[in-house]
Amino acid sequence: MADSRGKLREVRLTTPVSDAALRGLQLGDVVYLDGLIYTGRESVYKRVLQDGMAPPVDLKALTNVNFHCSPAAARNDDGTFNVGAVTATASFRFSKWLPKWFEVSGAKVIVGKGGMSEQDYRDVFVPAGAVYLTTVGYGTGALLGRGIRRVLDAHWIDDLGIAQAMWVLEVEKFGPLLVESDLDGNSLFERQNRIVNQGLARVYEGLKAPSLARYGETDDRRDELIG
Amino acid sequence: MPHPPKIAADALEDAARTVMAKAGIEIPDDYLGGIREMADTERGDLSAFVLQAMLENWEAAKADQRPMCADTGVPRWYVKYGNEARVEGGPVEVERRLRRATARATHDVPLRPNRVHPLSRRDNDNNVGINAPEIEYSFEPDADWVDITTVHKGGLFGTDYRMLFPADGIDGIKRFYLDTLVAFGKRGLACQPAIVGIGLGGSKDTCMVLGKQAACLRTVGDRNPEPEIAALELELKELGNSIGMGAMGFVGSSMVVDCHIEVGYTHTGGMPMSVHCFCLSSRRATARLHPDGRVEYRTDPQWFTPYMRRDTVEWQTAAESFEKSA
Ligand code: SF4
Repeated sequence: MADSRGKLREVRLTTPVSDAALRGLQLGDVVYLDGLIYTGRESVYKRVLQDGMAPPVDLKALTNVNFHCSPAAARNDDGTFNVGAVTATASFRFSKWLPKWFEVSGAKVIVGKGGMSEQDYRDVFVPAGAVYLTTVGYGTGALLGRGIRRVLDAHWIDDLGIAQAMWVLEVEKFGPLLVESDLDGNSLFERQNRIVNQGLARVYEGLKAPSLARYGETDDRRDELIG
Repeated sequence: MPHPPKIAADALEDAARTVMAKAGIEIPDDYLGGIREMADTERGDLSAFVLQAMLENWEAAKADQRPMCADTGVPRWYVKYGNEARVEGGPVEVERRLRRATARATHDVPLRPNRVHPLSRRDNDNNVGINAPEIEYSFEPDADWVDITTVHKGGLFGTDYRMLFPADGIDGIKRFYLDTLVAFGKRGLACQPAIVGIGLGGSKDTCMVLGKQAACLRTVGDRNPEPEIAALELELKELGNSIGMGAMGFVGSSMVVDCHIEVGYTHTGGMPMSVHCFCLSSRRATARLHPDGRVEYRTDPQWFTPYMRRDTVEWQTAAESFEKSA
């Protein structure tokens, strides 16, 4: 992921992203996207996967990049859109929708915030041949905003609102993004967490536990909490 | 003391819209300086990359006049009234103007219309609704100005509350602090490095309010005037940065840009504590409106004045002390 000077590798990907390009990605690579991407989050997933509505465009023909995001955007009086900044929203909440979404949409790249669990990558992403790219910061909204060339469409905006609509965006050098999962289902976050976790005992050393515990610290509701 | 002229409601609304845009677009200098220092010392390659990207992002935001983060958080207001200040139309007019400024800035900047009804999820598309935006007040003796501060606080992660007890002591405080940072720091959900605000004591609601204000309304480098609390602030800052976690939860040391603690007298049997992370988009901006029409802008809200932290029954105003000495 990084060379000996700690510099991260930089990659440009064009949409629809080819399987060969996906295979070349390594955890921690810095990615910039060119082409088309669309936003889709809970309301879009619910409409298509639960309520059975057809997606508003032929996604398979459009692009294979799904962005978990809502832009800071406003509708101009002439009906066009002014997109100031874009920032991803935390993806783990959408885990349950993804297996079917991959089928319906043909998505191969999920761009979002915070990644999913390694379990999800192995069970859902690997069979779909998909990877996860995480946005950076996560507050890099202005940089990502700069990468948007044009708003092609804002589907379902009247029913779902600005935040939940399906925005189709034409992008150029859209990033930076980091490769969080690869085609083998490895997770950069979990790999890093394992290193951080090794040091946690040292940080907590000598700090005695509070006198009243909380559920959540134990999930057994029959447990006493006083300690 | 005769009342000074009233502050014009139009001027207040204009200033409110200006601070909304400033908060959304320009990162405050104190926070920027803190992140630059962290970027210099960060050894983790991924965490260092994130900090570098953030520095570029803030430049892009300022150059293009676009929001630094598209999640423009939940905009809210803090109003500090000088005791002698009067605004045209009174407090109801002030609230109307702040709500109007919120709606207009949401469209003009643009900010993301984040505010929805919690059950129906109805979105008025303007960040205004029931109990939104919040407007909190404080007062200042011997002043004829009004300060309006907006904060665009990132919403979902990095805040927690716990009832601790006196016997839990400093250990309890440190543990709960670490628990919160580790829980929300993983995968960078708190968008650290953060300004961490801690509320200690008070009632549960006060404890939450103080902690949030400590995070959002004090600048990087500012210390609580009570030496014991100031020392704890520095100790906790260092503790947070020794977890081994940096930006986005990657291996590193950039977790806490600064730690601010505010206290309130509390029930004798308890020691409630709240922790709040003000994220990589630590957005705040203040305008001071004078009765002569002058408006001054700044990024330090100067919210916690000696008057705010008083622990006596009485507080002598300048007029009273003048009368006494005369
Ligand atoms: S927590 Fe802050 S930096 Fe992160 S996405 Fe929300 S507003 Fe942006």
